[in-house]
Amino acid sequence: MVELRAAVALLGRFPALSGVDLTIHAGETVLVRGPNGAGKTTLLHLCAGLLRPESGAVRVLDHDLTEGAGRRSVRRRVALLGHATGLYDDLTVGENLRFWARAAGLSATDADHRIDDARSRLEVPDRLVDQPVHTLSAGQRRRTSLAALVVRRPDLWLLDEPHAGLDQSGRDLVDALIGDAVAAGGTVVVSSHELERVAALSPRVVTLAGGAIVDGVGGAR
Amino acid sequence: MNVLRTVLSEARLVATRDLRIEARSRVVVDQVLPFAVLVLVLFGFALDADHRTLRTFAPGLFWVAVLLSALLAVQRSASVDAADGTGIALRMSGLSPVARYLGRATAVLVQLLVLEAVLVGGLVVFYGVDVDDWFLLVVAGVVAGVAVAATGTLYGALASGLGARETLLPILVLPVLAPVLIGATRAFDDALGAAAVDGWAWTGLLTVVALILTVVGASAHGVLVED
Repeated sequence: MVELRAAVALLGRFPALSGVDLTIHAGETVLVRGPNGAGKTTLLHLCAGLLRPESGAVRVLDHDLTEGAGRRSVRRRVALLGHATGLYDDLTVGENLRFWARAAGLSATDADHRIDDARSRLEVPDRLVDQPVHTLSAGQRRRTSLAALVVRRPDLWLLDEPHAGLDQSGRDLVDALIGDAVAAGGTVVVSSHELERVAALSPRVVTLAGGAIVDGVGGAR
Repeated sequence: MNVLRTVLSEARLVATRDLRIEARSRVVVDQVLPFAVLVLVLFGFALDADHRTLRTFAPGLFWVAVLLSALLAVQRSASVDAADGTGIALRMSGLSPVARYLGRATAVLVQLLVLEAVLVGGLVVFYGVDVDDWFLLVVAGVVAGVAVAATGTLYGALASGLGARETLLPILVLPVLAPVLIGATRAFDDALGAAAVDGWAWTGLLTVVALILTVVGASAHGVLVED
C-alpha cells in the first residue's frame, strides 16, 4: 500500500525527511507522532503525491511516486485532510461538496447520492447546505471539509490533526469515520498530538523526530 | 475523443466555479470595472478632453485600460486557489491541469468580454467615438480577449507559485502581451475609423497569436501547478 525506502524529501533547500523507511499495509491504521517540525506533515504530503522525493523509493497504491505520472495518478485515490479546509469561502456548502464530487469524476446523480451520505455521516445539517462557507464556524467548516473527502471514497486516508477544531461529537464522528474507512478495506494514516484519543483506534504507532523515523518502521502482518 | 470530452467537461466545471465565485464576491463588477472606467476618464483628463485627439488615440487607450484591468482580474482569479488549501485540494482532486487552465482562462475571458463591452460604451460616451465596423470590433475584441486571458491565466499561476503575485504579475505578463496590444489597437483603429489600416489582417494575426498563447499556456500550466 505504502512503501518508502531511504526516502528523502526537501522543503525548499532544507531536508524535511531524511532516509525514511516505512511500510504500511492495506487495511492498517497508523498513527504518526512526533514533535513540531519532526516531518509528519511532509511525510503525509510525500505519500499523497504532492512532493517529489529527492532520492530513495516511494511507492503508494502501486504507483511509483518518483515519477510525475505516478504522483498524479495516486492523488485521485488518496484523501488528504490538512490544516486548511480546501473549501471556497464564497460558495455554499452544497456547491463546495458538489464541485469536489464532480472534480473526482462522479456523475451528477452519483455525486448527489454520495453527498447525502457524507452529510449524514458528518452530521452536516440541511440548513447549512445553502449557506456560504465563510459564514460557518471552524467546526462546521472542518465537518464540511471531511464530507468532501468522504464523497471521494478514497483507498488511502491521510489525516493531519483530524480532530483539530472539532467539538466532542465532531471528534467522535472522526473516530467513527476512521473505523468505517478501515472496515471498508481502506488504510488510514493519522498525524496527531491527541495520542490517547487515537490510541483508542488501536493503530500502529510510528514516531518521527528530526525528519527520521525513530520507532515503528516495520509493519507486521 | 473521450479524453477531449472529459477535459472539456472538467474545464466547464472549473469555469462555472470561478464565475459563480465572481457572481457572489462581485470583485470584478464592483472593483475592476470601475477601475477600468476610471482609467479611461483619467486618459481623457490627461489629453485635455480634446475629442479629436481622444478619438485618434481611443483604440490604444482602450487596450491599455483593458490590460491594466485584466491584471486585476487575473490576480483575483489566481487568488481563488491560493486560499485555505484549495490549491492543494485541486491537485489532489485528479482534475487535469489542462482542464483547470482552460476553465480558469474561460472564466477570465468572460469577465474580460464584459469589461470590454463596458469600455466600448465608455469610448462612445466619454470620447465621442463612432464605431464604423461593429463586426470587426466584436471579433477583434474576442480574439484579443482570448490572448489576454490565456496569457494572464498562465502567468497568474506562475506568479502565484512564486508567492509574489501582486507585484510580479505585471512585470511578467505585460511584455508578453505587447504584441497583442499592438495588434488589437490596429484592429480597433480600423473598426473605430481612427486610422486607415487593414483591421482584419491584424485580427488574423491576433488569432494566430491567441492560438499559440493558448496552446503554450495549456501545455505549460501542468508543469507549473502540478509539481
